[in-house]
Amino acid sequence: MISALLLMLGIGAVCGIVLSLASKIFYVYEDPRIAQVENCLAGANCGGCGYAGCSAAAAAIVSGKEPASLCIVSGKDGVESIAKVMGVEVGNAEAPLSYNMCEGGFRAADKYHYMGVSSCKAMAVVFGGKRVCGVGCIGLGDCVKACQFGAVSIGPKGHPVVDEEKCVGCGACQKACPKNIIEVKTLSERIMKFNQKYDPLAPCAQTCPAEINIPRYINQLREGKYKEAVQTIRLRNPLPLACGRVCPHPCETECRRGVEDEPVSINQLKRFVADYEMNSGSRIPIKCAPDTGKKIAVVGGGPSGLSCAFFLRRIGHQVDIFEAMPKLGGMLRYGIPEYRLPKKVLDWEIQGILDLGIKSFCHVKFGVDFGLGSLMAAGYNAVFLGVGAWEDFSLGIEGENLDGCFTGINFLQRISGGEKIKLGRTAAVVGGGNTAVDCARTLLRLGLDKVYMVYRRTRKEMPANEVEIVASEHEGIEFVFLAAPTRVVGDDKNKVTHLEYLKMQLGEPDKSGRRRPEPIEGSETLLAVDMVISAIGQSPDASFKNQDPQHRMKELELTKWNTIDNNPATHQASIPYIFTAGDAATGPSLVVEAIGGGRRAARSIDLFLKGEAVEPVKDSLQKKRIHESIFTKVDGIKKTARAKQPELHVNERLDSFIEVDLVLPEADAHKEAERCLNCCRICYNPDIVFPMAKKAG
Amino acid sequence: MGDLFVLVISCIFINNILLAQFLGNCPFLGTSKKMETAIGMAMAVIFVLVMAGAITWVVNEYMLKPLDVVYLQTVSFILVIAALVQFVEMFLKKSIPALYAGLGIFLPLITTNCAVMGVCLINIKEEYSFIEALVTSFSYAAGFGLALVLFAGVRERILLARVPKPLQDTSIGLITAGIIALTFMSFKGMV
Repeated sequence: MISALLLMLGIGAVCGIVLSLASKIFYVYEDPRIAQVENCLAGANCGGCGYAGCSAAAAAIVSGKEPASLCIVSGKDGVESIAKVMGVEVGNAEAPLSYNMCEGGFRAADKYHYMGVSSCKAMAVVFGGKRVCGVGCIGLGDCVKACQFGAVSIGPKGHPVVDEEKCVGCGACQKACPKNIIEVKTLSERIMKFNQKYDPLAPCAQTCPAEINIPRYINQLREGKYKEAVQTIRLRNPLPLACGRVCPHPCETECRRGVEDEPVSINQLKRFVADYEMNSGSRIPIKCAPDTGKKIAVVGGGPSGLSCAFFLRRIGHQVDIFEAMPKLGGMLRYGIPEYRLPKKVLDWEIQGILDLGIKSFCHVKFGVDFGLGSLMAAGYNAVFLGVGAWEDFSLGIEGENLDGCFTGINFLQRISGGEKIKLGRTAAVVGGGNTAVDCARTLLRLGLDKVYMVYRRTRKEMPANEVEIVASEHEGIEFVFLAAPTRVVGDDKNKVTHLEYLKMQLGEPDKSGRRRPEPIEGSETLLAVDMVISAIGQSPDASFKNQDPQHRMKELELTKWNTIDNNPATHQASIPYIFTAGDAATGPSLVVEAIGGGRRAARSIDLFLKGEAVEPVKDSLQKKRIHESIFTKVDGIKKTARAKQPELHVNERLDSFIEVDLVLPEADAHKEAERCLNCCRICYNPDIVFPMAKKAG
Repeated sequence: MGDLFVLVISCIFINNILLAQFLGNCPFLGTSKKMETAIGMAMAVIFVLVMAGAITWVVNEYMLKPLDVVYLQTVSFILVIAALVQFVEMFLKKSIPALYAGLGIFLPLITTNCAVMGVCLINIKEEYSFIEALVTSFSYAAGFGLALVLFAGVRERILLARVPKPLQDTSIGLITAGIIALTFMSFKGMV
């Protein structure tokens, strides 16, 4: 008995002594702060931070590899106490949230034949991750099982829905998803997301230059969630009211329904939700990321400048806009007439952008009132040049300076600015683009008796929007096709009396694919007019380059079209801290192109300010399509008429500048939204349910 | 030499610690959901078992037997193995951090689980020599690892099967383990 006790005592003593000696010999120095920091952490060992357990996370924080805000579960108090231990400021904790990208989730039953398998991962492993669509949601809910906070559930449509209140952004669902459908991203990351090759994108969303998630907002409209629809649009486009009115909607040409039927009237639906917000009397709050303390100067308050400023502000930067004209809006205000985009609507929209905390300075011209030097001296970290293309090309013919001759943008701008211009009775507008049509329709509203549009090709080649051409035909504008002006004829008082033109015929197609007009010798014809407006294109006014005394400005390279030379994938100019987009970078183009460019430039500016390499988006879909998603045949379409654009009657509109195109009534908007096939990359909802699909479901 | 070979075969296949003796079932079910963790666990078990087998044989032979207190086997083994694992953990952390990171949390987890204790006690009961005890420990541990990895592979495939609700997860795991045990029974009579 005694010996047994002694033995146990002995073994215990030896073990104890050996261990205590070992802990001396094998002691590894650990910062005492690691234990303190670990106490502040949530202790859930959730792995959301990317480290194996809270001790590893604490070690990473103490070693300075990670910020105090590393742990997303411990909340604000936890972060503050960690910051106290570490003796640092609380970082800008922007909470990441989980977000589902697949629009086709609720078609899962049609898409997959499951054989009773209950895990997305297993499906992905066994079938190589692809049944019908290589990227779509499988819908078996691995993300739901992975979430420790009960924030993810499979919604009624069969794809994951994230409860933003419960989501801590730990990223477990993203790791569990074998298809990268559910993504954990901060608001900033979501705003700065660009279309990529492997994204689940419908053809319309691939085509939109602003990359708006079109199926998503149409779906939200269908469900009556108008506010959410506006928010979806605002992730990509700060000007839904303006775009909903003037956008020539390239998305609709790629609409999958359009292959068999008329395309969905996407833009009218955008306008419907945007107008709904404006008419509801209150603004939907726009979320912004915490301040970063960086300052950016945006030169030019047009669509590209407003877009760039809006997105930079939303990701937390401080932005000031400098505008040469008396008011913000650029071409939207001064180039697009009142009857297409009322100033009241534009003012409301721009105010919403400025309300985010963006300062604007109007009536100051870059290169005259201030320059690159003064911006740098004022402490701006980067400059965005969105000066637009405001200089009209001249016709280069005799008599162009006679009394009664104007140039397109200059004319529209003076009318919009409220200037009284001495008008004639009949006018000829030279050109076939949107500016020319705008000039012609404006002249008609100013009370002219007769307006001719003189274009050197035929109606088929006119670059103006089809709807605009149709509207001007209705309003009684006369078209003179295949006519090249050769001379403006004036009387002895230098007043315009005639426009002389040469008749043309169409020859071989040129580089742009349009048939090249060739003059018919000796076919000079006179057109009796007392006003001539030439609207044959514009280029940027780059006079600031010479006016600016700053030596550095000379390094800014221009192209031969006077646009600012830049990398089209990043919009960075030849001076690294200058970025550009919109007409100043591309030459005259669409509003929506400028908006998309503004966001792309904002991404590059953000990278530049963070000190990272300004590189193009990887696998970018800019101006590209996903080949497999463009169909030549679409089954299951029942032809239904597209919603008509409601408009003001011709008699009412000719004497006024009241808006011509009206917003869709709510019932019609819903009907139109129902026409949307809710496409994703490959799948869509056919109108006719096939017996075969039913069986598979 | 031939005897040792027979011993190895018998420990790994015929008397497999998991499937024939049903020891160490908790880590078997707990860590077999993923192949990665299963392999980590198998390595840790091999490591600890060989160490424990050696030290307990020494303790039994030179302390318990001379003092005639063999009835203290269980309690003294627990104490010694626990201290040993702690010691090894400290040693690894200082000297071989890479190995420490690899075995990580599995080491303290299996300090004195039933498989470890069981093997040590079998070694004494069968009156193996020191070398035989070492080989047995290693072979049992290898058998454990083999069963664990096999089972993890099966469990990953079970995800694909249509399992009735009441039998999901652990239930179907135990049923599967039973079937694997049955197949292992066919090794009987091999030696």
